[in-house]
Order: sequence, then structure tokens, then C-alpha cells
Amino acid sequence: MPEVYLDHYAAAQVLPEVAEAMQPLLRDDFGNPSSLHGWGDSARDALEDARLKVAALIGANPSEIIFTSGGTEANNMAVKGIAGAAKKKGNHLVISAIEHFSVMHSARTLEKSGFEVTAVGADEYGMVNPEEVREAIRPDTILVSVMTANGEVGTVQPIEEIAEIAKAKNVPFHTDAVAAGGSIPLDVNDLGVDALSLASDLMYGPKGVGALWVRKGLRIIPLLDGGVQEGGRRGGTENVPGIVGMGKAAEFAAELMDERAAHLSSMRDALIEKLPAAIPHLKLTGHPARRLPWNASFVVEFIEGEGMLLFLNMQGIAVSSGSACTSRALKGSHVLSACGIPAEVAQGSLLFSFGLDNKPEDVDYVLEVLPPIVQRLREMSPLYDKFIKSGGDSNSDVQ
Amino acid sequence: MTSSSNQGVIQIATYSETVMDHFMNPRNVGEIEDADGIGEVGNPVCGDMMTFYIKVDDDRLSDVKFKTFGCGAAIAVSSMVSEMAKGKTIDEALEIGRKDVADQLGGLPDNKMHCSNLGADALHKAIEDYQSKKKES
Repeated sequence: MPEVYLDHYAAAQVLPEVAEAMQPLLRDDFGNPSSLHGWGDSARDALEDARLKVAALIGANPSEIIFTSGGTEANNMAVKGIAGAAKKKGNHLVISAIEHFSVMHSARTLEKSGFEVTAVGADEYGMVNPEEVREAIRPDTILVSVMTANGEVGTVQPIEEIAEIAKAKNVPFHTDAVAAGGSIPLDVNDLGVDALSLASDLMYGPKGVGALWVRKGLRIIPLLDGGVQEGGRRGGTENVPGIVGMGKAAEFAAELMDERAAHLSSMRDALIEKLPAAIPHLKLTGHPARRLPWNASFVVEFIEGEGMLLFLNMQGIAVSSGSACTSRALKGSHVLSACGIPAEVAQGSLLFSFGLDNKPEDVDYVLEVLPPIVQRLREMSPLYDKFIKSGGDSNSDVQ
Repeated sequence: MTSSSNQGVIQIATYSETVMDHFMNPRNVGEIEDADGIGEVGNPVCGDMMTFYIKVDDDRLSDVKFKTFGCGAAIAVSSMVSEMAKGKTIDEALEIGRKDVADQLGGLPDNKMHCSNLGADALHKAIEDYQSKKKES
């Protein structure tokens, strides 16, 4: 049986070169970058080299990169740290309704300590309207945070436009670029942002490493108090092997970005074109054009995601779903809901996230395996039954 | 990606073998055209919805069928309930509880005990429907 892994948004294999680059830091060059001896020197050199590479990926100044334990910490630090440092200036934040939980829940935590949060919505394609951000900004707004691209539906946001608006209103702008980092060209100066989060594991580096870039001059209070690592902005001995892995992964991502995007988007486009033809009552979620190269996300009407995942897994295909039943919290995806997708339709969510190891044949295999699974589950579904009895056509779309 | 180790089916949702068997090969799927009772529970918004159809002869459930929208557990629960209820008297069928169904399935994951374990409720509702129709006639 073929094994087709299409869940790279959840986890991806570390590149062999990345794993290789990490090895020496675990054994021979095990030193602490803060130590004033030879072992410390080699670890510090490796750390600073990684910082250069991560900075180069986003056109940033290396001294403005803070390494973290991942995208979640970077987002927590940005939201809580920038808001916390600006407390005297105001207590209002603007985020979007499709943010990752690490931004959204950080904002919720701030609400409990007296901040106010406005979450601007998204359209049916998962796009945030910059004008809505403009309207949401108040005199006491101290941070705007809108993600660069959403990993669940793939939509790439109009970051430059939002940045211009925030700048004109003199409000710092953070963007969560975890899903986008390494996949699409990002330059902090072209984007016009003030802070940007990245994660290593979304660019074929190891898990448990990320980075927050903060423009010089923007005040931020540490999330983790401790020693003076990372310029005093993040305490704790640095995860040198992980950081070196992230550096190597960022270097490859910058160098091979176009080539990778061409490979990924050809498979993405083939699936987006062919799947709706093979399965009636299936819709693309997210934006048809402004999309991450690896993301193909859909909702399949009248059935629920977990059943599809289980059957697909039995046939060797690994994907994700934003359905309530597949989430540990048993809540449906807030992103699909923000896109105006009715809750019962969102239950049939499927997310295919392509990776470098996928081949065009993988798309063919999905096209062969998925339609009978959908048919089988629909035959069991009382919703499908009602739809057919109410005169619905099993072969054509509802609209 | 090709890899030598298949990650296996069970790990994905920590379902028992019996749950997986009933999910993959559900018994009694369908509907009964001239059902004596129909019971519908759940809500697709929450993720699970079940419709049970029963046929009653001589106070016994001579046929039980169902349709279910929901996760693997919801489908397995429906299938198990239909199997447990078929052939039972009305009184016996009314005694089938949520816990009995979960036990027969070799257990359900904790987070699925409440939302997906609606099969017995749907069956009871179908029986109530039958009883109220009987009173009317």
C-alpha cells in the first residue's frame, strides 16, 4: 500500500542536511554560548551563524532576532511583551478572527488583566480587510497583530497594506509568519512590519525552535525572565542544536524557495482542480489565488472529518481536519467559522498540506481513494439523506 | 512520503479494535421505509447526529436500522446499539444504556463518552415514537 503523507503543516521530516548540521552541537561542540572558554566560543559561533541565516531569510538585522522555543512562544512574547511594555500608552489591541491560538489566546489572557481586544473578521476567502483594521484602531491602540498567512486555509494576507495603516496611526504591527515563513518571500522592510514570528518546524527544521524578530527601538518585555541570553530579552540557556538546525533550514528555504514553491504549488493546483470534479458538494476553503504553495483545504458536505481521516489512514494517506470531533477540545475550527462556513459544513473539513517529499502521483492516489470514502460516509449520513430527499442532486453543486 | 513503518490505525484516535470494526463494517446501516418508530438525536453543529428506525412485531424489535453523521465513535456506537437492540423486547431495549454500549465496544476515549455516545438515546427516542403512535391509533 502506498504511504502518502500530506500533513506537513502538523509536522515534517527534518532535512538530512539540517539533522547533520545539528549533530556536532549535541556532542563535540556542546558548550554553553555564555561561557568564556573554547567550548563556549564554538557554541556561540554556531549560535550567531544561525542568527545570521534566520535574519537573512526575512531581510532583518541579526541583532534583532530573538530565538524562542517555537512559534507559540514567539507569538506569546510578541503579543504579551509588546502590550506589556506599552501599558502606559494604552490598553487596546487589534487582532484578526483567524489568528492562531497562540496569538488569540495571548490576547484573551491580556483581556483578563484589563486590556481590550478587537478581533476584525475575515471574508469568505479568509482575507482580512485592511480597512476594517483601520476602523478598529483607536487612540489607545498599542498593538496590531495579523498573521502573514493562515495555515488552515492557506490565505496570504495583505500585510503591506495593513502595515501602512498601522504605521500611519503610529501603532506597532506584529505579524505571525509561522505558516508563511520559508514558503513565500518575506522581507520585514518591504512588508513594513515591526515584529514577526517564525517557527523552525514549518521550514523543515526541528520542532521546539522558533524566532521573534523585533525592530530595533520597539520596546518589549521578556516572557521568560532569567539570564541575559538573547540580549536580555529571553532568559534560559539557548537550545543551540535546535537553533543551528533552524539556521540551516532557513538557509535552504531562502536558497530554494522558488524551486520548492513551483513543486508544491503544482501538486496543490492539481488537487484543487481535480478534487471538486471527483467529489460533488466539496468546496475549496481559503483564497483561490492568494494561497500558500503547500495548502489545499476543502470542506466536504454532509459528512464529518474524523471518519474521512480514519478511512484515509487505512489506505495510507495522512491528512488533517478542522472538524470538532478531530480537535482535542471538540470545538470546530474558528478559522472556518470566521470565513462564514456553517458549523455543520465545517465538520467536513479536510486539510492537505504538501511537502517536499510529495510527488505528483500522490495527488492521483488521493483522487483514487477519497471519492469512494466520501460516498460510503454519505450513504450513512442522515444529512445527505435529507438533502437527496429534498430534491438535491447527488452529482451537482448546491449553489 | 514513503516510510517503512505504517503508523497504524489505532493510534490515530485511540479507538478499541471493536470500535474500529464497527466503524469500518457498520451493521444495520440504512433506513426502514415503513418504520414503526423513528428517533433522531444530536445536532450536526456539535458534530454528531443519529437517526434510528425500528420495526416492532409482537413487542419485539424485529428490525433496527440507522443513519449517522459523525466521527468514528458515533458510527461505531450506532452500529453497536443496532446490534444490541435487534430481537430484544421493548422493555429490554429500553434498558440498554450509554455505559452498556461503551462497555460492549471495549470502551470509548474519554472525550467521546458524552458527545458521540448518543446511540442508546436515539434508540429510546425511536421506541417512544413507536409508543406514542400506538397510543394514538
